[in-house]
Amino acid sequence: MKETPLSNCERRFLLRAIEEKKRLDGRQTYDYRSIRISFGTDYGCCIVELGKTRVLGQVSCELVSPKLNRATEGILFFNLELSQMAAPAFEPSRQSDLLVKLNRLLERCLRNSKCIDTESLCVVAGEKVWQIRVDLHLLNHDGNIIDAASIAAIVALCHFRRPDVSVQGNEVTLYTPEERDPVPLSIHHMPICASFAFFQQGTYLLVDPNEREERVMDGLLVIAMNKHREICTIQSSGGIMLLKDQVLRCTKIAGVKVAEITELIQKALENDRKVRKEGGKCGFAESIANQRITAFKMEKAPIDTSDVGEKAEEIIAEAEPPSEVVCNPVLRTPGTAQVGEGIENSWGDLGDSEKEDEDGDSDEAAVLDGLKMDTGIEISNHGNQDAPIVLSDSEEEEMIILDPDKYMKKVRTQTISTKQAAVPSKRPTKKRKKKRAVD
Amino acid sequence: METDTHIRADARAEAGPRSLGCSLRHFACEQNLLSRPDGSASFLQGDTSVLAGVYGPAEVKVSKEIFNKATLEVLLRPKIGLPGVAEKSRERLIRNTCEAVVLGALHPRTSITVVLQVVSDAGSLLACCLNAACMALVDAGVPMRALFCGVTCALDSDGNLVLDPTLKQEKEARAVLTFALDSVEQKLLMSTTKGLYSNAELQQCLAAAQAASQHVFRFYRESLQRRYSKS
Repeated sequence: MKETPLSNCERRFLLRAIEEKKRLDGRQTYDYRSIRISFGTDYGCCIVELGKTRVLGQVSCELVSPKLNRATEGILFFNLELSQMAAPAFEPSRQSDLLVKLNRLLERCLRNSKCIDTESLCVVAGEKVWQIRVDLHLLNHDGNIIDAASIAAIVALCHFRRPDVSVQGNEVTLYTPEERDPVPLSIHHMPICASFAFFQQGTYLLVDPNEREERVMDGLLVIAMNKHREICTIQSSGGIMLLKDQVLRCTKIAGVKVAEITELIQKALENDRKVRKEGGKCGFAESIANQRITAFKMEKAPIDTSDVGEKAEEIIAEAEPPSEVVCNPVLRTPGTAQVGEGIENSWGDLGDSEKEDEDGDSDEAAVLDGLKMDTGIEISNHGNQDAPIVLSDSEEEEMIILDPDKYMKKVRTQTISTKQAAVPSKRPTKKRKKKRAVD
Repeated sequence: METDTHIRADARAEAGPRSLGCSLRHFACEQNLLSRPDGSASFLQGDTSVLAGVYGPAEVKVSKEIFNKATLEVLLRPKIGLPGVAEKSRERLIRNTCEAVVLGALHPRTSITVVLQVVSDAGSLLACCLNAACMALVDAGVPMRALFCGVTCALDSDGNLVLDPTLKQEKEARAVLTFALDSVEQKLLMSTTKGLYSNAELQQCLAAAQAASQHVFRFYRESLQRRYSKS
C-alpha cells in the first residue's frame, strides 16, 4: 500500500504553524512527547512508547565462536524491523533506505560507543563468546523512530540477564535460571539519541518531530549522548548547512533531554526490579491501563469439562464407521502404473447441462421432452431384452445407433400405442431428426 | 503394541475426563491502541501476548487483486529473528480461518491485511494469535459472518486434558491440538494437531474447546460492551 501523499495546503499549514512557534499537538519547541516504558515477563523485553510511536525491544543471547580478529570479545548485533503494522507504506521483507540508515545509526550509537563491555561476554578466549542480539520492532510509526528505538534498545539491554556459565578446564557449563541467578550485562554508559528537525533551511528547529513534521522538514540532526554529556554519535541528514553555534545549541538541548530520559529509564528499571523482587505481578498485562474503556480483563476462568467424555462418546457412537477403502491397483500391462482408484473414466459421458441446452433449442421442447423420456425408457428395456445396447435419452446418443431402424420402429410403435394424442403432430419432426442421424 | 494402546485409550475414555487443570488463564485485551492501523488489538492469555494490526479494506496491488472479493493477507512476525517456516505455516492457518468468516465479497478488489506481532510466547501462541486477529478485525470494522476464537488443548502422557496450556505444559504434552471455532454454532473452522491421540480423545478435546470457546466469546462480548458503553 502506498503512503498517502501530503497535500500542499496541509504542508503550507504545518509550515505556517511552525513559523508561528506552534505545534499541532500543543507542545513547545523543545518538548519531548511523553515516554512510557513497560516490561515483559521475561528478561530483556520492553515496549517503549514515545507519544504514539511504539517500539518493541527484545534481547536474546547465544554462545558462538568469536570473530577471528577479535578473539576475546563478545558480539553485539542490532536489528531494527519496520513492520507493516507500523505504517502501511512499509513493505515486508524489503531493505528500504530508511531502514538501512536507521540500523546503521543504531549500531553507531550503541556498538561503536562501547557502551557494553564486550570483553566481559567472552567465555573461552577464541572459542566461545556470547552473541547478544537486540531485536527492535516498530509497532506504530508516528515520527522519530530513531529516538524511540535507541531508548528501547538500551532499556532492553539494561533489563536483560544472561544465563550464568562456569568454565572448568575446557568444559563450559550453562546454568538454568533455577540453578543460578542469571547475570546482567555490564553497561558502561547509556547513549540516547535526540533528534532535531530543521525547517526553512535551518531557520526553525523542533525537538522530537512527529510524523507530520518529519514529512515537511528540510533536515534532521541526530545527536547520541549519554548523561555525562559525552557525544557518542552525531549525524546530519537532509543536506542542510548548519552553523557552528546551531550545532552547539542542539548539543546543549540534547544534554538536558538525555539526562531527563536517563532518569526516567532508571526509575522504570528500578520499579520493575522492585516488583520482581517482591514477587508481584509483572509483564504487559499489568501495564494495560484498567480505566480505559478499550481495555478489558478477565480473571482465570474454570471450564466445566465433566461432560466432555460423554459428549465425545455420543459423537463417536453416532458417527458411521468410515467405509473401507481397499486399494487394489490394476496393472493393465506389466511395467505400467495407475493413478486413481481404478474407477472407469466418466469424462466421455454427456453432462445434464448439455442435454438441457439441446432441449432448449427445439421449438416444441416441452412436448418432445415427454415423448423422448418415454422412448428412452422403452429403448433401454428393449436393449435389455434383445441386444446389449443401452441407450440414454440424450439426442446425441441416438446418433450412435448403428442399426437404428430395427429398434426405432419398435419403439415408435410402442410410443404410439401409449401416447396416441401426442404423436401425430410430433412424428414428422422425429423422423427428420432420425434421417439426419442416419446420414 | 497397537492393541495395547487401543485398550489404554479405551480405559482412559471409560475413566471419564479429568478436569484437572481445565481452566483458562487470565485474559486481557486492549483495542485500538495503535494510531496508524485501521484496527488494532493486543491480546493476552496468561503471559502469552500478541499484538495485531489490521489495514483494510484498502488499495491492493494489481498482481494480488481478486475481482470478486477482498484479498486477505496475514503476516506473523516473530519476536526474535526473521519469520521462518513455522511462521509461514501459522500465517496460513490464520488466513484460512479469517477467510472463512470475513465477508470479502462485500469489498471486491481491495486488500485486508492482518499483521500480527508476537510480544511474548508462554504457550498457546496460535490460539492467542487467532484471538488477537479477531479482536483487531472487529476493531477495524471489517464485516464478518461470525466471530472466531482459538482454543488450544494439550493431552499429557496420562491422558489428562489441559486447556490453554503454558509453554511448559505444551512441551511435556503427548499431543497439542489447536482449534478455531466460530461464535454462531461453535463449529470448527480450523484445526491443527501435533502428537499422538486417539479418536475418542480428539472428540473430547473438541468438546472441551467448545466449552472453553463459550467463555472466550463471553469475554469478547463483555469487552465490546464495555468499549461501546457510555461510561
